[in-house]
Amino acid sequence: MNAATDLTSDWKLPSPRKVGILTLIVAESALFTIFVVAYLYYMGKSLNGPYPHEVLEFPWLGSIALFGSSATILAAERALRGGSHQRFLFWWGLTTALGIYFIFFTASEWWKLITVDGLTIDTNTFGTTFYSLVGLHAFHVIVGIILLLCVFLAAVRKKIHPDHHEHVEVISYYWHFVDCIWIVVLTVVYIISTRT
Amino acid sequence: MSQEITVDENFRMPPPEKVGREPGSLTSIVQSLIFTVDHKKLGLMYIGSGLLFFVLAGSLAALMRIQLAVPENKFLAPETFNQIFTMHGTTMVFLVGMPIIFGFANYLVPLMIGARDMAFPRLNAFGFWIFFFSGLLLYFSYLGAPGIYGAGSAPDVGWFAYSPLTAKAFSRGHSTDYWTISLLLGGVGSVATSINILVTIFCLRCKGMTLGKMPLFVWMNLVMVFLVILALPCLSACQIMISLDRYLGANFFDTQAGGSATLWQHFFWIFGHPEVYVLIMPAFAIASEVIPVFSRKPIFGYPIMVAASVSIGFISLGVWAHHMLCIGMTALGNTFFVISTLLVAIPTGIKIFNWLGTMYGGKIRLELPMLFCIMFLFQFLIAGLTGVMLAIAPFNWQLSDSYFVVAHFHYVLIGGLLFTIFAGIYYWYPKAFGRMLDTRLGMAHLVLFTIGFHLTFLPQHFLGFLGMPRRIYTYQADRGWDLWNFVSTIGVIFQALGLLFFVANLIYSYWKGKKAGDDPWDAWTLEWATTSPPQEYNFAELPAVRSRRPLWDAKHPDDPDWKHE
Repeated sequence: MNAATDLTSDWKLPSPRKVGILTLIVAESALFTIFVVAYLYYMGKSLNGPYPHEVLEFPWLGSIALFGSSATILAAERALRGGSHQRFLFWWGLTTALGIYFIFFTASEWWKLITVDGLTIDTNTFGTTFYSLVGLHAFHVIVGIILLLCVFLAAVRKKIHPDHHEHVEVISYYWHFVDCIWIVVLTVVYIISTRT
Repeated sequence: MSQEITVDENFRMPPPEKVGREPGSLTSIVQSLIFTVDHKKLGLMYIGSGLLFFVLAGSLAALMRIQLAVPENKFLAPETFNQIFTMHGTTMVFLVGMPIIFGFANYLVPLMIGARDMAFPRLNAFGFWIFFFSGLLLYFSYLGAPGIYGAGSAPDVGWFAYSPLTAKAFSRGHSTDYWTISLLLGGVGSVATSINILVTIFCLRCKGMTLGKMPLFVWMNLVMVFLVILALPCLSACQIMISLDRYLGANFFDTQAGGSATLWQHFFWIFGHPEVYVLIMPAFAIASEVIPVFSRKPIFGYPIMVAASVSIGFISLGVWAHHMLCIGMTALGNTFFVISTLLVAIPTGIKIFNWLGTMYGGKIRLELPMLFCIMFLFQFLIAGLTGVMLAIAPFNWQLSDSYFVVAHFHYVLIGGLLFTIFAGIYYWYPKAFGRMLDTRLGMAHLVLFTIGFHLTFLPQHFLGFLGMPRRIYTYQADRGWDLWNFVSTIGVIFQALGLLFFVANLIYSYWKGKKAGDDPWDAWTLEWATTSPPQEYNFAELPAVRSRRPLWDAKHPDDPDWKHE
């Protein structure tokens, strides 16, 4: 215990922002878990069609855009820490654009499901769990886009400095989390449930 | 740690009151409450509003006891009775229990770890106000719910709102929506505050306070907020699903359309059971501070206490379906949840023995906080034993949804939680207001409330054995339930009298109480190192600690704890 009782040594604790966002991510994961479990529980139990394998197409473009945005936000962070404002603006803007593209992709997918396939939230339990899970994720993407846009607009007005790298990092943690959730949704909704 | 304000480099002067209102006037007080981001003020606001809701929900309970005092009573209509037990349960859990424990954590955690405030003070204020408005929203249902469709008033679906009671077909009007949205909001506030407390504990501890040197109060609140962060989002998910079902025609819990009513029970209790430990962890936290100080001994088995708390936290995440042993799960499912539930008894038993070990050989001072904690030990033991009984599946099949269950969880929540909250108020009131609570009024409160509590709830065990189901609004005279119901109602009078003495004491002592000084109990944790009440910045100079009992070290430089730990 002597090392711990020595008060002359350095006293360093983790950054509140990072611990805060990580804890929020844990809470959000619990929220998503319930919706994923609901999806799995009702999988194959719909009383009537349409069924997942009839109407769902693997969302290649949307997924590539979202996963790509995790890479571009890393590049943006690196640019900010390196002090290059122009490159930060470029990568951050690209991340935002990819996020917005993902939302448009999801919107067009839902448009097709609703108008062509006639699948709505009250059609069957597949519709109920599909729209609520994918919709909850899309809602988180939209919140992420709003955060990204705030930083982007601030950066355009040259209000973002390398000192802000921790603020920016907090947003990127959230964005990576949204990405990870998409991996789960992709696996459960578009891979497992279309094959059963 | 001197009382003089010395300027320290990290210290920022709190902003002066901006608008020029007279200090002490009502408007300036209201303004300071609304604008404040100070963890101590918010803590007291949490506890104060929790106590207000407690009076409200307690009155509802009294109405129910009047209705049940004699058989075939016509005091309340059946639909009113349903609304009252729903509002009583919901209020007690979400608007009394949660805010009071958050209030204690808010007030004490930063002081105990030697910090100036919470990690995110504005988020803290947000958490309080969102809780407060969720409470107003719930009670607004009495006025607003008849609204458009002219049916229903306050929510009447029970505090766990089993499906399909919440379906649009069975709950017309908006009463269930008030319940749903209020709990959704309250959940957001609770998670925000819990994240704040967790970050404060991890990131703002004063120099030298390693995790192993934190007071047990802080440790147990850490476990509490960890459970809130994992469990409350599940409740929010439930509320989102009900809203989707009711407003967009989703089929989560609609059995006609392939949905499942059982799934609601699983989802609700995945939140609901950890919630029970959320509510009891702060009771452990308060007992673990009060018992050592009044036994004049350091806590017995600190590392074991921490380990027991953490393992209770983990085990509690896997016991939820013991609330559902009657719904016809598989034998394997039943066995799993019976065994996991029984496992909780092990760390809980360890705690009780550790508190006894702390008292053993101690120089016990029978002051009010200690007396309430001793009552807690007895009552919580009874609650734990009936809990173990209910965890046995065949026993549960017999007594589930009977008054035995009602008696069990009231022994947990009143005998366990409320008694330690009283202990905590008697213990920390001098810190918060600078004056001691009156001992004679306090003794009257203790005696009357203890008698009333046991008179009300002990007979309910017997009523359960005699087959009285919970939530019935009346019963026939030939069931053999008359006597115990009557005794149970008489107990309410004693409880109410006890509470009157308590409230009188809070008010009387605020002006007339004996001056407390900084450290009236000769205690050992950091909150007693600063003034009573503490300044807005808590500590003029941030403390540094070398052991679990920093004030012992300061008072006994010849034999400090850090030489032994």
